[in-house]
Amino acid sequence: MAVCVAVIAKENYPLYIRSIPTENELKFHYMVHTSLDVVDEKISAMGKALVDQRELYLGLLYPTEDYKMFRKLHNSYTDVMCNPFYNPGDRIQSRAFDSMVTSMMIQVC
Amino acid sequence: MEGLTLSDAEQKYYSDLFSYCDIESTKKVAANGRVLELFRAAQLPNDVVLQIMELCGATRLGYFGRSQFYIALKLVAVAQSGFPLRVESINTVKDLPLPRFVASKNEQESRHAASYSSDSENQGSYSGVIPPPPGRGQVKKGSVSHDTVQPRTSADQQEPASPVVSPQQSPPTSPHTWRKHSRHPSGGNSERPLAGPGPFWSPFGEAQSGSSAGDAVWSGHSPPPPQETWVSFADTPPTSTLLTMHPASVQDQTTVRTVASATTANEIRRQSSSYDDPWKITDEQRQYYVNQFKTIQPDLNGFIPGSAAKEFFTKSKLPILELSHIWELSDFDKDGALTLDEFCAAFHLVVARKNGYDLPEKLPESLMPKLIDLEDSADVGDQPGEVGYSGSPAEAPPSKSPSMPSLNQTWPELNQSSEDTAIVHPVPIRMTPSKIHMQEMELKRTGSDHTNPTSPLLVKPSDLSEESKINSSVKFASGNTVGQQQAGVVAHPPAVPPRPQPSQAPGPVVHRPVDADGLITHTSTSPQQIPEQPNFADFSQFEVFAASNVNEEQDDEAEKHPDILPVEKASDSASSLRVAKTDSKIEEKTAASVPANVSKGTTPLAPPPKPVRRRLKSEDELRPEVDEHTQKTGVLAAVLASQPSIPRSVGKDKKAIQASIRRNKETNTVLARLNSELQQQLKDVLEERISLEVQLEQLRPFSHL
Repeated sequence: MAVCVAVIAKENYPLYIRSIPTENELKFHYMVHTSLDVVDEKISAMGKALVDQRELYLGLLYPTEDYKMFRKLHNSYTDVMCNPFYNPGDRIQSRAFDSMVTSMMIQVC
Repeated sequence: MEGLTLSDAEQKYYSDLFSYCDIESTKKVAANGRVLELFRAAQLPNDVVLQIMELCGATRLGYFGRSQFYIALKLVAVAQSGFPLRVESINTVKDLPLPRFVASKNEQESRHAASYSSDSENQGSYSGVIPPPPGRGQVKKGSVSHDTVQPRTSADQQEPASPVVSPQQSPPTSPHTWRKHSRHPSGGNSERPLAGPGPFWSPFGEAQSGSSAGDAVWSGHSPPPPQETWVSFADTPPTSTLLTMHPASVQDQTTVRTVASATTANEIRRQSSSYDDPWKITDEQRQYYVNQFKTIQPDLNGFIPGSAAKEFFTKSKLPILELSHIWELSDFDKDGALTLDEFCAAFHLVVARKNGYDLPEKLPESLMPKLIDLEDSADVGDQPGEVGYSGSPAEAPPSKSPSMPSLNQTWPELNQSSEDTAIVHPVPIRMTPSKIHMQEMELKRTGSDHTNPTSPLLVKPSDLSEESKINSSVKFASGNTVGQQQAGVVAHPPAVPPRPQPSQAPGPVVHRPVDADGLITHTSTSPQQIPEQPNFADFSQFEVFAASNVNEEQDDEAEKHPDILPVEKASDSASSLRVAKTDSKIEEKTAASVPANVSKGTTPLAPPPKPVRRRLKSEDELRPEVDEHTQKTGVLAAVLASQPSIPRSVGKDKKAIQASIRRNKETNTVLARLNSELQQQLKDVLEERISLEVQLEQLRPFSHL
């Protein structure tokens, strides 16, 4: 199910991107960019001041069923952020994050 | 194949080697790979090896059976002794020494060590041996001095692994390799006392004082000085090149080596003292770490914040990526700060890394922070008690698990409970019941929900949006922009009644979404609502009428109103109000009023008198009604609170109940707030109405004229 996972920074560059199968990387990259547009749309349509992660996510393509996955991803992301050695804006190189993503992708693929 | 006679020693030796090669435990066939390695280790030229293999029959058979293997070994010995390779020679050559396999650095040394190292410490703890940096030191020692020493199988295993490491880097292989060694059974040779560390010193001959050092090492924990070298990185960054990372520094060659050996000594000591657990922290180390912790954070029960830790560990000159990984491993509770335990673990990992050990993927058990309740006693007690402790690693995690993994466990629980209640997001986190949150809660709730009626209310978070929506809805009804505030108010109160009636809750809830369809159903659902509806409907008509009457205040638009109003009322009210987003109540009211006004007929003229009549009626009715309403709203909140919670709590987990209780409380507060706002608006509306009535009275005498 999950063939591609990407974490995009505020500045619209990917902090982390991984896909299975690996051949279609480029295609996935493009898709990620187009989905960013969708996200932007949703955000502007919301018009609400709250940055509700849940809402934002649910506003996207497949709510609820993938929500657990999203939450896991988000938790791992916050863990990475907590690391004082991590500079925001760096590519995410954490092995733990990698392994979590792998497990997630394998689990649902 | 000739019969092979072996001496006892040979027999034993060969069977050991066979077991070593027999990685699949077939007892019959030695793995080709291993055998080849072994032969390579014999340091014989390739063609000799091939010849041997041919002679023993393996090439013919395609595998190394036990007999072939033994023959091969014998031939190796023959070849090493310089005798020509002949099949006959395996039995004819007398006093053939055992075949030598150079790979066996450790083993050779351990043979040596056997003589002077203590067995007890090394019983089976082969893993305690740090595979020495292969090649260099060992080779020179091994082949020369240990001719008669029996090669040990595991040494062979080490050889392939070790070449990677340079001698300057202290024990290069990471702990898991040791573990591998320990798991490797290799024939239960008691003679093989892995006094690895002892003989291990010899390669570092240049810095070591030889085996005596080994003895000293073995005797226990060595004094601090070698330790200081490890941690020098923290104290003196420039000279901290504890090694590995900066092999280029020439001047550090010897110092590095000394340091390396010293550190190696430490590690070896560490490993030797801890059965099968290279990650144990010794007492001195722990003490040192604690002291360092104190320099940053005097309170031992306190935390070191991430920034301070970052600075401290950056002094070690490890690459940021590795420090980052170390942090991930050691910050067990992911709070961005290090407790004493976490700090010690991190420090230990840094030291290990500096000494060349690879970082593990997961935090080793011995480094895991203990629980706070177990902490003090468990900490100190555990460190020395390695054997028992590490011997039962399976027990350790459970003992530590209560608090940490419980954190992880609560997540899935929350997930489940939230899934039960269809609230995916962990509700406990959001303690502030925002309107949007509430709305989502409603949206997610399965089954009937009293709060659903509130959601339309919640949808208008701001008065502005409220008014705009209400205005639009009223506009549909009245077609004018008169008294928008009033209109807004009008729209609002109609929304309230369904809420107050929990018994009716399912009704409005269900109907709201199907507003487009079930106008009539609206009226049919709640008898209590119906009486109110007409009133409100009348009220809105009243507003309209008032607007229409207040010509003076309005521009020419006012004149249009009466005409527009009825038309719109009759024709559009049903549909347009339905379209109105927020207020199903209005629709309901209108719906109610529409059938009520059916008698009006469809003629534009008919409505005006009706509304008037209704207005008159409604004025009187409304007043008491308003009072009732206010009273009702007072009761509503309580009822609302209880009603939904009751069905929900049945048959759910305690957690779900608690969660739902929390939600209900949040709902309550929101509703209460809403209630008070609405009441305020009601009052305003009443005042306006009174003023309008006064005006009406004033105008009436004129109309009579």
